[in-house]
Amino acid sequence: MATTDNPTQFALLSRILHWLMAAMLLTMLLIGVSMISSLGNYDRLIAIHRPLGIMILILAAIRLANRMFTTLPPFPPTMSRPERFVATASERLLYTLMFALPLVGWGMLSAGHYPIVMYGPLHLPPILPANPALYAVLRQAHTLLAYLLFMTFLAHLGAVLFHTLILRDRLLKRMALSSIRRWSS
Amino acid sequence: MRLTAIGVVLAGIAGLFAYAGGWLTPQTLSPTSMINTFEQVNAPHPGFRRNHAKGVCVTGHFDSNGNGVALSKASVFLPGRVPIIGRFALAGGQPYVADAPQTVRSMAILFKLPNGEEWRTGMNNIPVFVVNTAQGFYDQLLASASDPATGKPDPAAMNAFLAKHPASARAIRLIRSHPVSSGFANSTYNSLNAFRFISVQGAVVPVRWSMAPVQPFEPLDAAHPGQAGKNYWFDALIAGIHANPLQWHLIITVGQPGDPTADATLPWPPDRQQVDAGTLTIDHVESEDTSPTRDINFDPLVLPNGIAASDDPLLSARSAAYSQSFTRREGEHKDPSAVSAAETGK
Repeated sequence: MATTDNPTQFALLSRILHWLMAAMLLTMLLIGVSMISSLGNYDRLIAIHRPLGIMILILAAIRLANRMFTTLPPFPPTMSRPERFVATASERLLYTLMFALPLVGWGMLSAGHYPIVMYGPLHLPPILPANPALYAVLRQAHTLLAYLLFMTFLAHLGAVLFHTLILRDRLLKRMALSSIRRWSS
Repeated sequence: MRLTAIGVVLAGIAGLFAYAGGWLTPQTLSPTSMINTFEQVNAPHPGFRRNHAKGVCVTGHFDSNGNGVALSKASVFLPGRVPIIGRFALAGGQPYVADAPQTVRSMAILFKLPNGEEWRTGMNNIPVFVVNTAQGFYDQLLASASDPATGKPDPAAMNAFLAKHPASARAIRLIRSHPVSSGFANSTYNSLNAFRFISVQGAVVPVRWSMAPVQPFEPLDAAHPGQAGKNYWFDALIAGIHANPLQWHLIITVGQPGDPTADATLPWPPDRQQVDAGTLTIDHVESEDTSPTRDINFDPLVLPNGIAASDDPLLSARSAAYSQSFTRREGEHKDPSAVSAAETGK
């Protein structure tokens, strides 16, 4: 009852994980970019940024496991061969970034000799030795990867909206939280 | 039409991202503009802290006497000893500046707590801070910049700053009336910003803290400094640590309801409860050239559970600006410190 057996839609757990991750990533990107510009709210932003990043890392692992053990609905016929290739590549890139950004953030704080505070007394151990040059490289990588994630997200959103609104192939329904049967009846 | 709608959605999200990142409001004060201004006022000094640039690193320990437990559940206050690393420095962004009587001196301490937590605190030897907002700090930085024509700050710029920030004018009068000690070792260092202590029972009190020296106070004038080289203050500190470990008492001042916590220019009434929480001992000194403490960001918001930020806006601003300074200097080539390993080893 929890999952749909309609092959044109992603499994219910996949859909829930997708939208949860989407909300967390967009929140995280906005918090992260605000940290660069804000003097007054920096403390509040970073207090959310660190534990939310680790939650994204955990969720990414759950998503990857789920992705490996579920069959995907086939691509709609409106997607050409090159388009399918780009879609698959961008999916891989998004999964990579979901792991890379929290890990680079965690590694960067480790290399910068910071305690990795989650909440209250809860800490994570360092995953890299303290090293100034390594910190500087990872700190820059963290920003660049975040920009890459944001642009990939925009491309992903734009492509889905193009299919749904222009081609009207109901691509978005594949990922909709509500069951496709109710929609199509 | 639908294509336009897609464009509007994407542009809206990108615009929100750009707004959050500050690109649409470039004139707003940011960590980047703050640190850029430090570099502009002091000239670039790659590899060094953008403020408190000239310093020396120390190590030692803190012996808690348990008196702080009633105020805060932080493990640093449980009776016992924790290792510390620290740094003494001169305020200002000039790493090779000569020691001078009027320069503000600072002590930064990192308490290494047993559970992996840390408490980092940077303190100054002035009774109150000169400004109470990030904008005030920025304005003061520009107003006290040397005029290229005269090599001295422009008095008109400083007067304009004081007129715009009357709280700073009051704070400067208070700082000037405060007796200045003859060196690093006999200075009292103050947190300036307020914080909150949270007890095991969950009671929250506003606090400020100080490191009060065991070394007897001597006024600056009696010592006649300035005769013995560019680093006379650092040389005296190094000689002092080599002769005997230096000690300070960690004094917690407990605020009352109504005491200003969001304004670092205002002193608290002198009758406030003070708790001596333990003794800081510094028994080793090392040049920044060899000490890993060079690569510590003394971010005032690296706090253990049981100590939290107050509503003082300077705390978030310090944290953000220090992070920007830290990120820049960690990626830069390191020039030798003014206080060399040869000097600290003597």
